[in-house]
Amino acid sequence: MASFLFSRLASALFVVLGVSCLVFFFIHLIPGDPVEVMLGESALPADREALRQSLGLNLPLYIQLLNYLEGLLHLNLGTSLQTRQPIVDMLTERLPATAELALAALAVAVMIALPLGIIAALRRNTLWDMAAMGISVLGVSIPNFWLGPMLVMVFSLWLGWLPVSGREGALAIVLPALTLGTALAAILSRMIRASLLEVLNEDYVRTAYAKGLTTRQVVFGHALRNALLPVLTIFGLQLGTLLGGAVITEVIFSWPGIGQLTIEAIQRRDYPVLQACVLVISLSYVVINTLTDMLYAWFDPRIRLGES
Amino acid sequence: MKLRTALPVMILGTWAVMAASAALFHLHPDAIHLDRILTPPGSQAWLGYDDLGRPIWDRLIAGAHTSFMVALWVVSISLVLGTLIGSTSGYLGGWLDHVVVRIIDIFLAFPGILLAIALAGLLGPGLDNVVLALSAVGWVGFARLARAQILSVKNREHVQAAVVLGADRRRIIARHLIPLIMAPLIVEASFGIAGTVIAEAGLSFLGLGVQPPAASWGSMIRDGTRYMLVAPHMVLIPGMTLLLVVLCVNLAGDQLRDWMDVRIRGR
Repeated sequence: MASFLFSRLASALFVVLGVSCLVFFFIHLIPGDPVEVMLGESALPADREALRQSLGLNLPLYIQLLNYLEGLLHLNLGTSLQTRQPIVDMLTERLPATAELALAALAVAVMIALPLGIIAALRRNTLWDMAAMGISVLGVSIPNFWLGPMLVMVFSLWLGWLPVSGREGALAIVLPALTLGTALAAILSRMIRASLLEVLNEDYVRTAYAKGLTTRQVVFGHALRNALLPVLTIFGLQLGTLLGGAVITEVIFSWPGIGQLTIEAIQRRDYPVLQACVLVISLSYVVINTLTDMLYAWFDPRIRLGES
Repeated sequence: MKLRTALPVMILGTWAVMAASAALFHLHPDAIHLDRILTPPGSQAWLGYDDLGRPIWDRLIAGAHTSFMVALWVVSISLVLGTLIGSTSGYLGGWLDHVVVRIIDIFLAFPGILLAIALAGLLGPGLDNVVLALSAVGWVGFARLARAQILSVKNREHVQAAVVLGADRRRIIARHLIPLIMAPLIVEASFGIAGTVIAEAGLSFLGLGVQPPAASWGSMIRDGTRYMLVAPHMVLIPGMTLLLVVLCVNLAGDQLRDWMDVRIRGR
């Protein structure tokens, strides 16, 4: 177990370093002179020079990279070009909203996917199965930037049940969470179905039926626990899609999270803020993924024992 | 052909024809008719007009052209680049493979659409930058798949025979390995088309894709969200079209996967 944890942590650390370096090069991807792009063509030469100095763009590339990485270690991500605010403060201000949205979307996804996947597996090759999987394909195919406005049109504009946008009140999160969670629900339900179908053929399930347990007892007491294990790893991987989708969802609903900050940073050409946003979202993804992998090993003794 | 296969294929064919023949239709996607602003679909106006009085049908076809070309370019570039990198790295192994795997890991650590959004934002708006940004994200999946597939076939006897006969590495990869691993890559490519169509529309929705007045389904949806109460057709029409195309690509991809998987086909 210890060696498994160690190797997993080591590779995660490497990825964190790689991600940070890649994000560092973002500013150098801007075509032409980044300072001119950020300040506009009419900026005074003195202002340009000052910005170049403060971003350290006049230093050799490797020194810039080292300075940048050192700053990261001290949680110093620089200051915003627009507001002069430390970027760390901006991020901590926005992080709770994004975390809240992601968790709510996750809850929505699980609440939809679990019944859908179980019904489809138990009623395999029936109308139930086809309907559940039909909903699932639809869910994967529906773009969230269209689903969001559609939900707003129906539930906010026509029925007037839920707020159009913002983060005021408990009901405000319903539509954003639905918008963001649908795609994940669709993918999860397919995986739960496939995984459950495999488990249902196992001997211990037949034994459970043979000793007279009801379907409910067999599914919830025996089959589902084992079926959800492989789902867990892919679940971790799918969280990336969720975090990426949060950017668009936050824009649709004016949800004051990091995703919206990302787009604002692009629109205002505030590239240090953009770098920091991408870094924070990607790093949280790496951390969550590593944790999921470790959880998986914890839940499934075959993995931790097999490694040692 | 079964209906389940025929219907998506027909709709995708229509999409391709619409996209390819956009130039032949004598469309005027940018023509402004001030007297028809926000006109809903009807006998006078086929799919209605948008907030500037531009015909939605014409813009829809122009948008089909945009999404089709972007999908074609992005998936082709990603497929070729990813397959080359993945198969070379998998076959040669050693330090090169080690480095490639690490790079793939790093790219996979970014939520795909986030990296595309950031790259498109940095490179500036425009269709060529959209293709660049989406390809920079897209090659990774193909590379990972190609590498894994190569690892599973590279020790087969026919490859060893080719080595013994003195074939060089390039020939072995190109002639003896890549044809064997094409099936899963093509299935992956079909799902890649769906992802790319959504991603292009998403970038255009955010204002990072095509620039006005050029039409994209994503920017049409964005423009429509401002008029949902008075002119819901502005959001409904491009959205339904986009959903239909992506749904059909996904359904066709499912069919393709089942068809190519000999184990399932036998049943």
